[in-house]
Amino acid sequence: MIDKSIASAADAVADIQDGASVMIGGFGTAGMPDQLIDALIARNVNDLTIINNNAGNGETGLAALLKAGCVKKIICSFPRQSDSHHFDALYRSGQIELELVPQGNLAARIQAAGAGLGAIFTPTGYGTLLAEGKETREIEGVNYVLEYPIHADFALIKAQQGDRWGNLVYRKTARNFGPIMAMAAKTTIAQVCDIVPLGSLDPETVITPGIFVQRVVEIGGVASVAAEA
Amino acid sequence: MIRLTRDQMAARVALDIPEGSYVNLGIGLPTKVANYLPQDRDIFLQSENGLLGMGPAPASGEEDWDLINAGKQAVTLLAGGSYFHHADSFAMMRGGHIDICVLGAFQVAINGDLANWHTGEADAIPAVGGAMDLAIGAKKTFVMMDLLTKQGQSKLVEHCTYPLTGLGCVSRIYTDLAIFDVGPRGAQVVEMVDDLSLDELRTLTGVPLVMTTANMAEGLPTGTTHD
Repeated sequence: MIDKSIASAADAVADIQDGASVMIGGFGTAGMPDQLIDALIARNVNDLTIINNNAGNGETGLAALLKAGCVKKIICSFPRQSDSHHFDALYRSGQIELELVPQGNLAARIQAAGAGLGAIFTPTGYGTLLAEGKETREIEGVNYVLEYPIHADFALIKAQQGDRWGNLVYRKTARNFGPIMAMAAKTTIAQVCDIVPLGSLDPETVITPGIFVQRVVEIGGVASVAAEA
Repeated sequence: MIRLTRDQMAARVALDIPEGSYVNLGIGLPTKVANYLPQDRDIFLQSENGLLGMGPAPASGEEDWDLINAGKQAVTLLAGGSYFHHADSFAMMRGGHIDICVLGAFQVAINGDLANWHTGEADAIPAVGGAMDLAIGAKKTFVMMDLLTKQGQSKLVEHCTYPLTGLGCVSRIYTDLAIFDVGPRGAQVVEMVDDLSLDELRTLTGVPLVMTTANMAEGLPTGTTHD
């Protein structure tokens, strides 16, 4: 019998080692897998490369992971926020590397990795600082920039419900990067509010099919909470 | 000089959004446009974080932090709205499915080049978000901004000096003093506030301008600000 459910967040992240690349779902705090991040912080690993849209909010989740000094490099679209002080301090003191990617290119590069594409040509960023030094091509009168897929060793995501085969459904805008990150990582770990019996999820509404998910951890709770001000 | 308030600017932009449009409103000033979209028009607001059919902010105490907008504020979903993941959201922009996006700007050039993500200052932390995707992806990109900086410099320029967001992507600029169409033919003045002449506008902006039509549309909310 295949059962992808794992007893605890700590067990689920127990093989994430120094130097790993880790995608973390969420847009701000919506969809951020805070329990998995806390478990990762407790492992006290170093030199992680983190892929997320942002660079942490307030004191919890990704911000706490940065503060703990676990991260060498972050790939994101929007690190500068009113409550991103932990990232700001690391960046200004040269303790973290930033690869800034337009948000749609971030999504497309993650999706390309999950779909097995070698690269993509995207119009976004053409002629800007963020395309400097990159290969370009004109296709049917439109200029494109060559961008490469973003793979990761692990994806940590949050979903509303899952089953023991790893099928997932999400809640509202907490879905955001979860489905594409699940496809792009070698090992995808989903934090869910409930694990439900096989057959309980309507197959017409499953958003992430279990083939993309290796581990599911039941956390309880319902919705996201606001970032601490 | 009499200039439009921010609410009047928002109301003026709203007049140009037809029924049935799929629209993305940028963070900040453009968000105000939502307040002036006529109730009897079906207009679909998209939010980059995976939401189509976005409704107004919930009542205090009713916030659901799984239901937020691009500015990470709590919002609601209208009947008929939908959720989707990030790759689909940006496919809506890049794939040309969004009819209109309204963005703020640091500078817009008369050829439609946009600078709105980075001041280029050495100690600034760069952040781009969805600006580059929206600017080049929407069928029409409108900019909404004060014409002049607080120091009196024109934000409509011959060439942007700030780092670019997109090349030739802006079609129309709504400001507190005038509305401009920009593009390969340069800048054309569509409307101006009363008591402002084309020559005065040329002096304020320092860019070549030609006039297309008449004065600001009527039917805007009352109240003006004075410099």
